[in-house]
Order: sequence, then C-alpha cells, then structure tokens
Amino acid sequence: MTAQTQAAPLEAVETATKVVTPFRMFLRDYFESRTATAAFAFLLVIVFIAVFAPFISPTNPYDLAVVDIMDSRLPPFSQSFDGTMYWLGTDGAGRDLLSSIFYGLRTSLGVGVASGLIAMMLGGSFGLLAAYFGGKVDTVIMRIVDIQLSFPAILVALILLAVLGKGVDKIIVALVIVQWAYYARTIRASALVERRKEYVEAATCLALSHRRIVFKHLLPNCLPPMIVVVTVQTAHAISLEATLSFLGIGLPITEPSLGLLIANGFEYMMSMKYWISFFPGIALLVTIVTINLVGDQLRDVLNPRLQK
Amino acid sequence: MQSVGVVFIMSLLVFIGVNLIGDPVHMLINPEADQAEIARVMRDLGLDRPVHEQYWFFIVNALKGDLGTSFIFGEPALKLIIQRMPATLELALCALFMAIIFGIPLGVYAGLYPDTKAGKLIMSGSILGFSLPTFWVGLMMIMLFAVILGWLPSTGRGETVPLFGIEVSFLTWDGLSHLLMPAFNLALFKMSLVIRLSRAGAKEVFHQDYIKFARAKGIRPARIILVHVMKNIMIPVVTVLGLEFGGLIAFSVVTETVFAWPGMGKLIIEAIQNLDRPIVVAYLMITVLLFVTINLVVDILYSILDPRVRIQDVKS
Repeated sequence: MTAQTQAAPLEAVETATKVVTPFRMFLRDYFESRTATAAFAFLLVIVFIAVFAPFISPTNPYDLAVVDIMDSRLPPFSQSFDGTMYWLGTDGAGRDLLSSIFYGLRTSLGVGVASGLIAMMLGGSFGLLAAYFGGKVDTVIMRIVDIQLSFPAILVALILLAVLGKGVDKIIVALVIVQWAYYARTIRASALVERRKEYVEAATCLALSHRRIVFKHLLPNCLPPMIVVVTVQTAHAISLEATLSFLGIGLPITEPSLGLLIANGFEYMMSMKYWISFFPGIALLVTIVTINLVGDQLRDVLNPRLQK
Repeated sequence: MQSVGVVFIMSLLVFIGVNLIGDPVHMLINPEADQAEIARVMRDLGLDRPVHEQYWFFIVNALKGDLGTSFIFGEPALKLIIQRMPATLELALCALFMAIIFGIPLGVYAGLYPDTKAGKLIMSGSILGFSLPTFWVGLMMIMLFAVILGWLPSTGRGETVPLFGIEVSFLTWDGLSHLLMPAFNLALFKMSLVIRLSRAGAKEVFHQDYIKFARAKGIRPARIILVHVMKNIMIPVVTVLGLEFGGLIAFSVVTETVFAWPGMGKLIIEAIQNLDRPIVVAYLMITVLLFVTINLVVDILYSILDPRVRIQDVKS
C-alpha cells in the first residue's frame, strides 16, 4: 500500500492526466528488476521460435527430401557439400540440429503450455468448488489432492503412462492429472479468504446464481496467485515431459520434443559426439530457467504480503 | 487407517488400468501363445468370470505374494523386483547421504553470510539445481568424467560384496567408483532443497535470543554454529528429507536408466517398453506400499521429534 502512495505523487507530477491502473502498476513493478526484464525478453524470443519454427528454421529436419544421411553426425560449424551451414552440427540421421531444436521447442512448449492451461481450468474449478461450497465437497476434493500430492509427480506420471501408453494426447492427460492438484490447492487457499469478504456477501444477497458468483466474482479475485502457479507448473511440466520422453515412455518418435532429441544423442556420447545431446539440453535448460525467473518475479510482484 | 485405504484404492486403479483399458488377454498372456493356451490361461486367471470376482482373485493372490509371472524372464514378478531392490535402495541412501553432507554446510553458510559472494553463488547454484533436468546432467557427467576425462566408469554397478546377505557395492573401490556419479546425479535436486531449507533455518535461528545469549557468554562461534544453530535447523530438514526419500526412489528411475544401474527403476522402464505387464503391476503395487509406509513412519517420527505437533492434535 505504501509503495502505491509514495509513487502516486511522482506519477501525478510527470503525467497529470495519466491514471495509475492496477495493471500499469503491475507492469512498473515487474520491470523494476533487470533480471526479470531480461528473462521476459528471453521468454518472448523462445515463444517466438516455438510458434514460428517452420518459418525460421534453416532447414526442415523432418522433410526427407532435404535430409541427407551423408551429413550425419557432423560437428558444430561444419558445412554440407552443397553449402548448407550446420551451426550446431547434425544428429545421427543427418538432420540439422539447430532446426531440430526449434521444432523440438515447439513440441515441448506446446505440450507444457497446453497441459498447464487444461490443468489450471480443471484444478481451478475443483478448488473453487471446494472453497465455495465447503463441507463434504471440500473434504472429498482436498483429501484426493492430499493423497495425490503425497506421491512424487514422476511416479504418478509413470503409473498413468504405463496404463495409457505413448502419444501426445496421452502425455497431456498424464501431465494434467499430475498438475491439477497444485492448482486446486492454490486457488482454494485464496478463495477461502475471498469468500468471507463483503462483495461475495453482497452478491449472495442479490440472489445471484452460484455459477455467477463463483466465476464472475470469486474467480477474478483469486487469479493473481494462479498466474504464479501457472508459470512454475509449466516449467515443471516441460521438464517432466522431457524426462518421460527421454525414458522412452512419453512422446512417440514422430513428435520429437527436446527430451527425445537428448535421448537420440545418448548413443553417440561414448564416441565424443557430445553436441547431439548437449545443445537440446541447453535449450531445455534455458527455457526452464527463463520461465522460473519470470515466475519468481511474478510471485514477488503479485504477493500482497511482500509489497512494502 | 487412511494408509490402508490408499493402498486399496491404488490396487483398484492399477487393476482397472491393466485389465479394463485395453484387452487383458493381450496384456496378460504371452502373445506367442496359441488358442488352446489362451483358453487355458484365461480360465486359470479367471478372465472368463465377472469383473468383481476377478478383482477379488487379484487381491487374494497379491496378499499371498503372487503378482503374476514376467513374460520376458519367466520368473515371478515380485521376486524379480525384490532382487533389484537393494541396488535401488543403496543408490537412494547414498544420494540422501550426499545431499545432507553437502547441502547442510552450504546452506548454513549461505544463511549466515547471505551478502557475501560465496553465499550468493551457493544460492544461484541451488536455483540451477532445481531447474536442471536430472537426466541431462547425468548425460553430461558421463560425457565429462567418463568419456573425456576417463576418471570414472560410465555405467553398471561394479563389483559387489555381500553384507548381511545383501549384495552392496560401496565396500569395494570398484563399486564405489561406479556408485559416485549416479548417486551425485540423484542427489543434486535434493541437495538444492536441503540448501534452501538449512539456509532459511539458519537465517531464522541466528536472530533468536538464545544465540545472542550464547555469544554474550563467549562461546566459540564454531560451537554456536555446530550445536545451537544445527540442532534447531535439523527438525525441518529431517522431516522434509524423510518425505523426500520416497521421491528419491521414484526419481532413481531416471538415474538408473542413464547410468544403466541395475535397480528396480531400470526394470520398470524396460518392462513398460516390452509390455511386460505383470512386472509393471508388481512394481506399482510395491512402490505404492513403500510410499504409504514411508509417509506413515515420517508422520509418526515427526510427532516424536517436534512436540508442538502433538499439542496441536490434542487441541483440534
């Protein structure tokens, strides 16, 4: 609160007409940290690469007409005889590693974000229901959450994938089931606080429907902590997907994510061909660290207790 | 009571997963069997009976210790898993030990001197430890220490010697050198966790009155840190590590695959890939049982270690 009152006169002097909206305040707080700004810029670049991978990749690594087996296992900065430059070298099948990483990033990020969003909607709804109705509904939902969270994520994913099998849809289902409990727990905690506030009471007095109160009144006020959980969980999901794909129980070979690219390089490690596993790993690491840094800053900015 | 319930629910889920999703005949019977064989095994397994009776057979057999026979090895699944268990437990315990002996001193240091370069370096290191994908770190460790430098062997378990009837590898040089990299790899994530916990603990404890009093009495700084600070940060560290031990066993699946460590994690991954369903079912049931036991033991230990928990329980 004090940060708001301190900053308000300054803003007022600079631009008398400008209104300080909560969103603008949030932006200002976020970009105060240089690390966080850099992380955000990096994240934009990563998302850009993932979305436009087919247009910016030097070659299409999955177009059999372009890939030449003669070019396999070339070290970084080597050139193919027809003049194509392989900045990061090629893998065992002669695919350009840089292009493979761009395409892999697309798959990894896609699976991570999709599962994160679905899990948020599912977990969020259950968490809201638990908090709003309380009583038995709350007990049952939260007991399931507690039991699930007492097992590590990788074990839950392993059980699910052993039963479901391979595939993009299956790994998204597994990741959603692994993650929903975190969202449910987070939103329930904030919804329990919000539910006792006067505006909910007022809405109840107006005889608004349960649905309207939960989604129009309660939900928007519970969103800030959820945004933080989304970033952290998406990073987790990407990491978990890579691990499962590396183990050979995640995505099929036809959908190469970063984890599969790393697994492909495993067999060439012993003959010093480090780059096939090394560079996809770096891409994975940069993605996860970037998302975590953005999430850290969001937590600091959005947490009312930490605001001075 | 709840633990029994969880085991029961998990057995139901695993049973439904294996038997109702997909064709149980294909999953449970060797694909090379002929028609007569299939009919015989179906009758033996009770697959021609109603579902609830099938589940009853599954439970009764499981309680007798019979979780099916592996297609690949032709031996009881439970026996195969029990055989591999010591290797996994050895790896997990070693990783836990490493996480503690490296994590606590680093964490306490970072907590006592948060503004020094070393303190900040430790903290950034722990953030990296959280973000690094374990399997990739494992690969890079093999690349560096086994392929480029040639200091450590890259895969396998090395020479083992029996200790109380269990084969262990940490008592021979060869075994120890095989154990070092996988254990460190597995420990990395937990080490970051221990660093964070002990740093937070040390920061909190260091401003307490009893530390000021101890300093005013002129007790040596080393003794203050080793006795007064350490004792008080041990409670959260011990309880969290207890709970995380299960996580180590689960995560050993990854490390064992990377380093070709012959434990039960490697067995389950191979079983999933080979569609060796009895082993998958047996592994899942055993791990769930293991987890519920660990959680129960930690809960009990927690109330013994920290009297405040018991008081809360009585009040509520």
